[in-house]
Amino acid sequence: MPFEWVLALRFLRAGHMQTALIVAGTTVGVAVIIFITALVNGLQESLATRTLSTQAHITVRAPDDAPTPILNSQDGSVLAHVEPRVQRLRSIDQWQRIYRELPGTAHVVAVSPLATGSGFAFRGNASKSIALIGVDPERYNRIVKMADKLTAGEYRVAPGEALIGTELAKDLGAGVGDRIRVQSSENRDDVFRVTGIFDLGVKDLNRRWVVMPLRSAQSLLDLPGGVTHIDLTVDDIFVAEEVAQRIASQTGLTAESWMAINTQLLTAFKNQTMTTRTVRLFLILIVALGIASVLVVSVVQKQREIGILRAIGAPPGRIMRIFLIQGGVVGGVGAILGAALASLMVYGASFALRQDDGAPLITGAIDASLYLSAGAVAVITGLLAAVAPARRAARLDPVEAIRYG
Amino acid sequence: MADILRLEGVRKSYNLGTPVETEVLHGIDLSLEAGEFAALIGPSGSGKSTLLHMIGLLERPTSGHITIAGKAIAGLDEASMTELRGRSLGFVFQFHHLLPEFSALENVMMPTLIDQGRYDGKMRERARWLLAKVGLGDALDKLPSALSGGMQQRVAIARALAMNPPLVLADEPTGNLDTHTADEVFELLREFNREEGSAFLIVTHDPRLAARCDRRIDLTDGQIQSHPT
Repeated sequence: MPFEWVLALRFLRAGHMQTALIVAGTTVGVAVIIFITALVNGLQESLATRTLSTQAHITVRAPDDAPTPILNSQDGSVLAHVEPRVQRLRSIDQWQRIYRELPGTAHVVAVSPLATGSGFAFRGNASKSIALIGVDPERYNRIVKMADKLTAGEYRVAPGEALIGTELAKDLGAGVGDRIRVQSSENRDDVFRVTGIFDLGVKDLNRRWVVMPLRSAQSLLDLPGGVTHIDLTVDDIFVAEEVAQRIASQTGLTAESWMAINTQLLTAFKNQTMTTRTVRLFLILIVALGIASVLVVSVVQKQREIGILRAIGAPPGRIMRIFLIQGGVVGGVGAILGAALASLMVYGASFALRQDDGAPLITGAIDASLYLSAGAVAVITGLLAAVAPARRAARLDPVEAIRYG
Repeated sequence: MADILRLEGVRKSYNLGTPVETEVLHGIDLSLEAGEFAALIGPSGSGKSTLLHMIGLLERPTSGHITIAGKAIAGLDEASMTELRGRSLGFVFQFHHLLPEFSALENVMMPTLIDQGRYDGKMRERARWLLAKVGLGDALDKLPSALSGGMQQRVAIARALAMNPPLVLADEPTGNLDTHTADEVFELLREFNREEGSAFLIVTHDPRLAARCDRRIDLTDGQIQSHPT
């Protein structure tokens, strides 16, 4: 072991109480940093997952019709503004090509085409306004896990079959096996047999959604072979906006991420993240001050020994390193113990902190990268905190230090 | 024999350029041959400690030249001074000045550890041998706090000789020891002088000890008179 390490470790070891206290302080600091980060990440992830259980991460659709003003051919000045039109149902141009290319985009893990529009559902005397959701059932299940959300029947949407929500089932008095008539806004109609009833956890969707085969929706909406949306799932929900923007610029279509749609949720996330960041910053500051103050005291206590070391051949730079190493070691040991303590806290919290439905708020697992970054921060904090005491030690005049026994 | 130490016109002033400027050493000329065993004696306030610090490369003279082991220190930077000090000089202080966290053996190895950067078997062997020489062969792993004053001073002497330096500086090495122990410690210094060939410069205010050295250097009011004993 190099000289500086021998001295640094021995000084720390001889510091008993002083060392124990500052290591404990650092440990708690690191543990709280890791714990609070894991907690907020877990919170955000579970909230996002919950929100996204009925939403695609990204939805791609044809761009809105924008009215083109009539221009003067000579000078390009506007001759007449055109009133915006009612948006008509349009298929995505060449959707098949885009659909084939999308899975090659980074982060995209599932793709599903949809034909959606509005209409009415009838049964007996009852009629209800609905949303026609035409899907490829297998593909769509990878976007929204419909199969897991059935309260009755089975997840099967063969031609002539449809799934309806619990509210609509109640409104129409329809159960599994019953037939309903669906009329689209294009005034076409078709009859479906209800094969399943779902509960998406959102009343409005349970009241309006009628999930049917893509082909049936296409003919009801007068979009032969066309689709109105392509839904996507990405592997990391927080990159959705990035991916959406890339798809939009590549295809010229409109691509909206869940983040753009749920702006309030995202704002809440950002505020939470900022709060944790502030808390973290202050914790780091407190840990740094603690390490620095203990080392300053240690330099004063060791004045004479530093003088001896200087006299018997240790140059100022190496004296400085002895104290820097002590700061780094306190940070490092604090990081290791803090990580262990954080694991315990997270493990405990996974039992103690539960959501309304009984699912744990945070899972027992913490990202390895979180441990590593917290550890790195602790070591760097220790080193930086040691700079001032270490410089002070290096500047000690050996004569002054030795003169008085 | 070649000089191990040479001082020419060395002056030292404190508070330079202020109204309370005081010159402590007024032009010291002094040389020490390799292997010499000399006493530096003088009343307190005569500038003994300042001179010793200058020779020990812990302070720089205000003017004049110092050459140690053939090396002039005038142009040396702090790091080179420290290196020269570590390799060419051994220190024995009045108050032992051992590192309390380290065992006797580790204290003796310290100068070599600083020089070499890490422990090795050779420095351990040398340290064991030195401690055995000073009669502490069975106290290797004791901490300084577990040793008596006389024992601590022996450890300090062993440490001063760890690097086998050509010159050992001792500042009142027996200053706070009883007469009997002081005699033993002094004998140890003589023994190392004979066997290891290191020159010794011993600062003392005890004329009895000075009389037992080969040479006596008197420092009075910042000036010296040197004569053999």
